[in-house]
Amino acid sequence: MSKQNIIKLREKLMSAVFLVAALASILAVGLICFFLLVNGLPAMGEIGVFKFLLGREWSPTDIPPVFGILPMIVGSLYVTAGAIIIGVPIGVLTAVFLARVCPKRLYKLLKPGVDLMAGIPSVVYGFFAMAVIVPLTGSSMLTASILLGVMILPTIIGLAESALRAVPEQYYEGALALGAGHYRSVFFIVLPAAKSGILTAAVLGIGRAIGETMAVVMVAGNQARMPVSLLKGVRTMTANIVIEMGYAGELHRQALIATGVVLLLFILIINLSLSALKNRSKQ
Amino acid sequence: MNCFEIKDLNLHYGTFQALHHINMDIAAGEITAFIGPSGCGKSTLLKTLNRMNDLVEGCKITGSVTLYGEDIYAASDVNLLRKRVGMVFQRSNPFPMSIYDNIAFGPRTHGVKSRLELDRIVEESLRAAAIWDEVKDRLKKSALSLSGGQQQRMCIARALAVSPEVLLMDEPTSALDPISTEKIEELLLTVREKYSIIIVTHNMQQAARVSDKTAFFLTGEVVEHDSTETIFAMPHDQRTEDYITGRFG
Repeated sequence: MSKQNIIKLREKLMSAVFLVAALASILAVGLICFFLLVNGLPAMGEIGVFKFLLGREWSPTDIPPVFGILPMIVGSLYVTAGAIIIGVPIGVLTAVFLARVCPKRLYKLLKPGVDLMAGIPSVVYGFFAMAVIVPLTGSSMLTASILLGVMILPTIIGLAESALRAVPEQYYEGALALGAGHYRSVFFIVLPAAKSGILTAAVLGIGRAIGETMAVVMVAGNQARMPVSLLKGVRTMTANIVIEMGYAGELHRQALIATGVVLLLFILIINLSLSALKNRSKQ
Repeated sequence: MNCFEIKDLNLHYGTFQALHHINMDIAAGEITAFIGPSGCGKSTLLKTLNRMNDLVEGCKITGSVTLYGEDIYAASDVNLLRKRVGMVFQRSNPFPMSIYDNIAFGPRTHGVKSRLELDRIVEESLRAAAIWDEVKDRLKKSALSLSGGQQQRMCIARALAVSPEVLLMDEPTSALDPISTEKIEELLLTVREKYSIIIVTHNMQQAARVSDKTAFFLTGEVVEHDSTETIFAMPHDQRTEDYITGRFG
């Protein structure tokens, strides 16, 4: 075989390797969707889509069992909203501090700290909250919100900081040259200029909060009923699945998988709004 | 009467000395042009006049600069200084917001709250910058939708909106086409009565067309500072003559 043919063959081989690698991840996503739909949809059909989605009672072991997941949908939404209310302002202000205020020396200390937050396993966050927050606010919606608010911080801070750093320096200088002080220039010119990146950060934070399971199970109380108060327990969709999957049989198991379908739907909506955001900011 | 009086000003960026013993009085109510080859220190000197050099790390300044007799480096309120000494940048830098909000940002910063008052300032500033007729129907539109030349005129309007006493312009037309450049030069000639203007330019014809006084810079020193006519017609220094006649630069 000539040298050129060998090179050609190697090129083809390598592009095949890349293709397989790319297909593997697509395949994984495809299989997950397939599995969820095949196992989840029939249950939804059997229970009745409206009864399932809008049913306010979840009693899988009653005879006959009742499968209404509205309490968990609402629970997930409340806890996520709480996390955003707590996490986004703190995260954005931290990002402003890191990007525009913090002295270099302090930055070298803070930045790795924030990055480390992203790597801490969620069960450790759960332990932390059990030890520190639960004594104050009980196993409740508020506790879960605070904990999730903390857990989404690294996502929010990281993205908001890079959005702030991407704002052209000439905006800041232009504001200073008009006699605006440092903070006025940062908050009224630089921060608004980074708003699409900050919105993206918030949406990714929502995605992370709604999907979080372990830490939430540890502190949320997990009562499967319509949320009644900030200081009472709440059960999220993820918690519902992980708590009951171990002993669920037949229809119950399928109903839990169908809960997964609903969760996936939420994630899909979040991803769609993300790409909509990105498209808008490109224009 | 002088607006700025600069005495024995030295400026270092780290170990590099960018300005050497600058002594210069800048007349009020006139247009002064700073000319000279790249790296001669003309923009650097401009930025010492509204203390934008404060942002540059390792920038050290000795000597004194006074604005109507007040030492601007001794005064503590740098924001007030920058209100009194406006600046237009080489690259137009409209904020990513509406034209109206761009112009109103400065006045709002300095405490103007009344809607009527803001409306008046916005209109006056845009008129002064000769762009009112082009934008009056789209004040709520993003300033980024304007053309390059319009953006720069809007930036001039924005600078005028805080009623500065002096306007610094750092090569304001170097990124613009000849027609936009002409418009800006015309507008300079109309606002000269109300403001003292210092313009840095690479374009010697521009200096000759618009300025009353011209200062020629070379390697961080002021070689010659005189009426524009003198500088262009009968410069005293051989280096000025060489530069103006195009022998280098």
